[in-house]
Amino acid sequence: MHKEFLMGNQAIALGALAAGVNLVAGYPGTPSTEVLETVAARNPGNVHVEWSTNEKAAMEVGAGAAYCGARVMVTMKQVGLNVASDPLMSLEYIGVKGGMVVLVADDPGPISSQTEQDTRTFAMFSKVPVFDPSSVSEAYTMIGEAFELSEKYGTPVFFRVTTRVDHGYEAIEIKDEDEYYKNVPEGFVKDSSRWVIFPRLSQKNHALIEARNAALADVFSDYHANEILASRGSLKSSKKGVATHGINFTYTLDAQGSSDRPKILKIATPFPFPEKKALEFLDGLDEVLCIEELDPVIERALTYVCGKYGLKVKIRGKLTSDIAASGENTVDSVKSSLNKFLNIEKPDIAKSTEQPPALPARPPVLCAGCPHRASFYAVKQAMKGKKAVFCGDIGCYTLGNAAPLDMCDTCLCMGAGITVAQGIYHTEPDTKCFAFVGDSTFFASGITGVINAFYNQADLTVVVVDNSTTAMTGQQPHPGTGITMMDEKVEKVSIAAILRAIGLKTVETLNPLDHKKAVENVKRVADEPGVKAIIFESHCVVLTKPKGRSIVDEEKCVGCKKCIRELGCPALTFKGKKTFIDNMLCTGCTLCEQICPTKAISGGKGNE
Amino acid sequence: MNKSIILCGVGGQGTIMASRLIAAAAMEKGLDVRSAETIGMAQRGGSVFSHIRLGKDINSPLIAKGEADLIIGFEPAEVVRMLPYLRCGGAAIVSLRPVMPVSAAIGKSVYPYDEIMDFLKSTVKRLTLVDSEAAAAQLDSSRVLNVVLLGAAARSGELGIDEDALLSAIDKIIPEKFRQLNREALYYTKQR
Repeated sequence: MHKEFLMGNQAIALGALAAGVNLVAGYPGTPSTEVLETVAARNPGNVHVEWSTNEKAAMEVGAGAAYCGARVMVTMKQVGLNVASDPLMSLEYIGVKGGMVVLVADDPGPISSQTEQDTRTFAMFSKVPVFDPSSVSEAYTMIGEAFELSEKYGTPVFFRVTTRVDHGYEAIEIKDEDEYYKNVPEGFVKDSSRWVIFPRLSQKNHALIEARNAALADVFSDYHANEILASRGSLKSSKKGVATHGINFTYTLDAQGSSDRPKILKIATPFPFPEKKALEFLDGLDEVLCIEELDPVIERALTYVCGKYGLKVKIRGKLTSDIAASGENTVDSVKSSLNKFLNIEKPDIAKSTEQPPALPARPPVLCAGCPHRASFYAVKQAMKGKKAVFCGDIGCYTLGNAAPLDMCDTCLCMGAGITVAQGIYHTEPDTKCFAFVGDSTFFASGITGVINAFYNQADLTVVVVDNSTTAMTGQQPHPGTGITMMDEKVEKVSIAAILRAIGLKTVETLNPLDHKKAVENVKRVADEPGVKAIIFESHCVVLTKPKGRSIVDEEKCVGCKKCIRELGCPALTFKGKKTFIDNMLCTGCTLCEQICPTKAISGGKGNE
Repeated sequence: MNKSIILCGVGGQGTIMASRLIAAAAMEKGLDVRSAETIGMAQRGGSVFSHIRLGKDINSPLIAKGEADLIIGFEPAEVVRMLPYLRCGGAAIVSLRPVMPVSAAIGKSVYPYDEIMDFLKSTVKRLTLVDSEAAAAQLDSSRVLNVVLLGAAARSGELGIDEDALLSAIDKIIPEKFRQLNREALYYTKQR
C-alpha cells in the first residue's frame, strides 16, 4: 500500500486495476473521461483499453469479454448511457460470467451536459444493481466490491458517480501493483441456451432477476457502505433523521459540525433498496429529510417502506419542496435545508453592506485561433442574406452558438444535427439547411444520419469540422486519428471516403483558415442539389504550437473593430483606440489578418 | 489547524496546477487534503475555481460561503465573483491583470475594472495585489503566474503551508526544465 493524492476518477481506475480488470472500453464524456485515461496511463500492460466509437459499441465489447469471464469496466457519462441502453437492457437478461461494472458519471447542475438524468432511476428501470460512492476513498474500495458482487450474482452492476466525487481529490491509501488481484478469464464456453436471447429465455431470466434483486435488498442491508450514524449532542434525542447519498453525505456531515448531528442514513446502494436497513433507521423517528441530487430516489423508497409497513413517519425532500427539484446541491443549500428542518436558527454570515459591481458573465468560448471559428465564419459569410438554418451538435463547436458568431440554431444530442436538419428541410424546403458535426461525433453517431438523409432525398449540407481530435473532453483519439488508446498506430478511417461510399457526389475538403476560398466553396456547394458535404480540416489549437503570432500595426489600424465584433476571438481586445492582440493567446491563425479592411494585422503563420 | 482555500480565475490560467502544488505540500506535512476542481466545458476560457481544504476531520471537498480563509485570484473580476466565500478577516491574493471576456470585448457586457478594484480594496482588509504583467516581464514568462501567486499566498500566513514546503512540491511535480523558473516565481513577490 502507498498514499497518493488522486482525483475520484483516478481512484476508480486504480481500484478497477487492483480488482484485476481485464478490459476497459468507453466513450469520452465529462465528468467520466479520466477513468479510462487513468487505466491507460497506469496499465500494468495486460489490460485492453479502448476508446470505442460510442457507448453502445463499448457496452457490447464489454459484454463479449465478460461472457469469456473477463473482468470488464465500461465508462461513460449519463447521456452516454442512453446510447448504450439497448445492449444493456438485454444484457441484464443474459447476464455475465466475469464481473462487469458499468461506470456512469451523472452531472447534477448540469455542469457539462444536456440532461439531469439519474442513473439510480435507470438502475430501477433496467433492474441492474447500482453503487453510489460518497467520496474518493470510498469509491476506491467500492469499485472492487462492485466487481465481486457482479461476478457472484452474474449481473452487470452500475457504478454511478457524480461530478464532485469524479472531480474531487483526496489523499488515499492504494494498493501497489504487486498486490493487484489477477483475474484469468476462462474463455468463451459455447452454450446457446445461455448466450442467445430468445423470448422464452427472457421470461425465465426475468423471474430469476426479480428474485435475485429481492435477495440483494437483504444483502445490501448488511453492506458496510449503507450506514446509519447515530444522533449526538443537542440532537441526541431528536426524532428527526436525515437520509442522504453520495457527495451530499459529506455536505450533511459538514453542515452541523461534528458535535451535534441528527440520525443519518447513508444509502450507497439505492437499488435494490436496502429495506431492512431503512427500517432500522426509521425506528423511533417521526420525520425524515431526504437530501438528494437529481431524482428523489431515496425519498420515494422510504415513502414506499413507510406505506408497506404502516409507519407513521413523515418523509420529506424534493417531492415536498424541502429540497430543490433541480440543480446541484451545495454545502450552503444543504446547511440551510437542514437548519430549517431541525428548526435551528443560525444567523446569516455577516454580509458586507457594500454591493459588488455587476460582473460580466464569463461563459466558455471557442479558444483563440480555434479553426471552428473560421468554419462558422465562412459559412456565415457565404449564407449572408439567405434563408438558412444551422443545426449544431455536441462538442466544442456547440460554443459557436455565442455572439458574435451565433451559428448554432439547434443542438439536441450526439449526431442529431444532421437528422434535425433533415426534418427542417422536409418541412421547410426553401431553407438552406446546414448540419455541423465534429469528427469524433461523426464516427460516434453521425454516419447513420447522413445515410438516412441521403436515402430519404433530403437537401442539406453536412459540415464536418474535423480538428483531428475529441477536443471538448481533452483530446482523445478516435478512428480518424490513426492512434488507439493502447498507443498503436493504425490505419486512419477517412471521413471523406465514408461520405463518398454513402453516395454523396460532392465532398469538398477545405482549409477553414483560407477564408476567401472557404466562402466561395461553401456558396458553390450549398447550391448543389441533395446531400453534400464540406470537411473543414484544421488541427485543434491545443495540439499545435504557433509558429508566428499576429501583431497589429498601430499606424494602419483605424479602430473599426471589425475583427473584434465579427470574430469574437478571446485574443482580440480594444486598447486605446486600436485593436490589441494578446500575445499569450494568439495562435497566428490569420483569420483577423484576412478580414482586416486596412491590412493592419500581420505576422501569423497559420495553425499547422 | 484547518485551512480552506479558493483558487479562481479563467480557464487556462493554471489554477489546477496551483492546487496540485498546494495539495502535494500539504500531504508532505501529513495533513488531510480534499479538493474539487472545475474540469470540462468551463475550461474553455470560462470562469473556473478550485476549492481546497487542508487539516483534520474534513468531509466535503467544497467550502461553504463565508468559510474560506484565503482566495488566490488569477483575475480580479473572478475574485469578486468568489468573494462571498471569504470569511470575515480572510485574506486575498489578487493578480491585477484583467482578462476581458469576449462578451465585454464585443460590447454585449461591461467590465468595470476600476469599480472592481475599488470594491476589492474596500471590502478585503488583507489584500495583496500582484502586478502580474511586471512579474511576467521580469521572469520572462507569463506561464508561472500560478506560482507567483502561491508564493504571495504562503507569505500571507493563511495558506497553512510555507515557502519551503511549496519549494519541495515544485521539485517533485514540475518537470526539471521549468523548475528553476518556478523557484524564481515562488519568491518573486518577496524580492519586491
